[in-house]
Amino acid sequence: MATLTLSNVKKSFGKTDVIHGISISVEDGEFIVIVGPSGCGKSTLLRMVAGLETITSGDVQIDGRRVNDQEPMDRDIAMVFQNYALYPHMSVFDNMAYGLKIARTPRAEIEERVAHAAKLLQLETFLQRKPRELSGGQRQRVAMGRAIVRKPAVFLFDEPLSNLDAKLRVQMRLEIKALQRELGVTALYVTHDQVEAMTMADRMVVMNGGIADQVGEPLEVYANPATEFVAGFIGSPPTNFLSADILGRSGDTKVGVRPEHTRLSDSGSLRARAAYSEALGAETLVHLKCADGTQVTVRQDAASTIPQEGNEVGLDWDPANEMRFDPSGRRC
Amino acid sequence: MAQQNGMVERRGAGLWLTHVGLLVGIAFIFFPIWLAFVASTVEQQEIVRPPMPLLPGDQFFSNYARALTSGVNAPVSTMLLNSMIMAIGISLGKIAISLLSAFAIVYFRFPARRLFFWLIFLTLMLPVEVRIVPTYEVIANFGMLNSYQGLILPLIASATATFLFRQFFMTVPDELAEAARVDGAGPMRFFFDILLPMSRTNIAALFVILFIYGWNQYLWPLLITTDPEMNTIVMGIKQMFPSGDDTADWPVIMATSILAMVPPVLVVVGMQRLFIRGLVDSEK
Repeated sequence: MATLTLSNVKKSFGKTDVIHGISISVEDGEFIVIVGPSGCGKSTLLRMVAGLETITSGDVQIDGRRVNDQEPMDRDIAMVFQNYALYPHMSVFDNMAYGLKIARTPRAEIEERVAHAAKLLQLETFLQRKPRELSGGQRQRVAMGRAIVRKPAVFLFDEPLSNLDAKLRVQMRLEIKALQRELGVTALYVTHDQVEAMTMADRMVVMNGGIADQVGEPLEVYANPATEFVAGFIGSPPTNFLSADILGRSGDTKVGVRPEHTRLSDSGSLRARAAYSEALGAETLVHLKCADGTQVTVRQDAASTIPQEGNEVGLDWDPANEMRFDPSGRRC
Repeated sequence: MAQQNGMVERRGAGLWLTHVGLLVGIAFIFFPIWLAFVASTVEQQEIVRPPMPLLPGDQFFSNYARALTSGVNAPVSTMLLNSMIMAIGISLGKIAISLLSAFAIVYFRFPARRLFFWLIFLTLMLPVEVRIVPTYEVIANFGMLNSYQGLILPLIASATATFLFRQFFMTVPDELAEAARVDGAGPMRFFFDILLPMSRTNIAALFVILFIYGWNQYLWPLLITTDPEMNTIVMGIKQMFPSGDDTADWPVIMATSILAMVPPVLVVVGMQRLFIRGLVDSEK
């Protein structure tokens, strides 16, 4: 249990700057999700905290202790990798116990800790199996177990669910979150999946091109995106962006309205032609095209009428739900 | 196999023809070995007087006992032991060195890493025969003629094995090394605890190849072992051939040939199980 502080952390590979200075301070026991598209530097950031990448400048502190120059094992962290990184020739027990063995933990304590973790993760019956004899979800659990037995100050997760199928992902999402709550360990979790970010995070960091665009609670980030990028990245389907031109307004402010806030109405000033619609059962997504080619999506209840393809309809929204962005993408 | 028809459809006549073809091939390859075996079980007179016998005689035990205990120049048992030490020394040495050098090349970033890799790779183009004169000079100056070190050391580096392990290590996911780092394993610990057990199938396969390579060395032992006590068996057979007016003791020579074949065959048969099992439960 510990706090984690990043102050103006930067990373360059040769002359390419990958991370342009990120500062986050994570409270004890907090679950922070770093979310962003691929290539935004989120994994690199996590690996710098883990000690697998050097820190070009800035400081990483765990519980007030500067760890920049420490080896991963001295940082008191545990990491769960995307492909689990289980040692293929070792049994589940040995996989979980390996770190403790290296730390010369007494045999009895190793057994006790592994047994405890195995119980938490329902792996008791698999302890003597090899990783290849386990299913994806079970391997994921072993990777979690390996992290838990170390009793680290900080858990680091590097897209741990992206190799699982959709159903298992939802289940493991809940389990990881529950486990983290139960253990009360500070966690840093990297994902590209905004649903994971929204559902798991106490606070989330939305990264874009090596910059943290916004740090905040999920609902706050959703309701109040700081930049055009965040507005487009968080929320599904993504926010509709409309230029001032098409709205008939002056200036160069862009307007963003979420599909769930956009209404189809005959009186709407903005006219668009229905292109196609996706019926999802509980709701229907109607995709429309404005005169200048701008795509707009509207989320409709299944009960409401869906416009015929090719028909022109009006679009309308509550001005309170309108988000305005200046040309640099900042909220204004 | 539940299905009778595999990928290739097997039909009566074709099946038989294939088998007959294979049997003829085997007989063709096996015949000289059979002749050698027959010759090793009969008396000298029977070999030199045509026609050559085609069925084993009754001298099996006496010929083989003679070969093993006295031989022609040195007892075959001594030569077998020498060959065994040399072949095992070469294969274990080669495996150890190439594992370590591949580990260095793949997992460590050091100056001129690529240069070193290519230097190692270059030695592939220089087999023992090409560098035999300077190697002899070096070994002679070290006073290693007629010694096991002299037999083993010059043949102990292997670019092929290094290359093979390099390719294998590169297929091991980076995350495994990182996980080990997070677990607190230092580089050598990672090597011994994780990389080595993971490479055991490759090691087994390589051992078979290298053992046979070492066992079949002819030119090098011929050059540096002048003492019959240090002869290896493969070159020893040649040394048994008479020079001048002596008569060749064919039954003993043939017994020696057969004996020289036994250890490699045992290694191949014994290790084959191990590495096929390794290939079947492939894991990474």
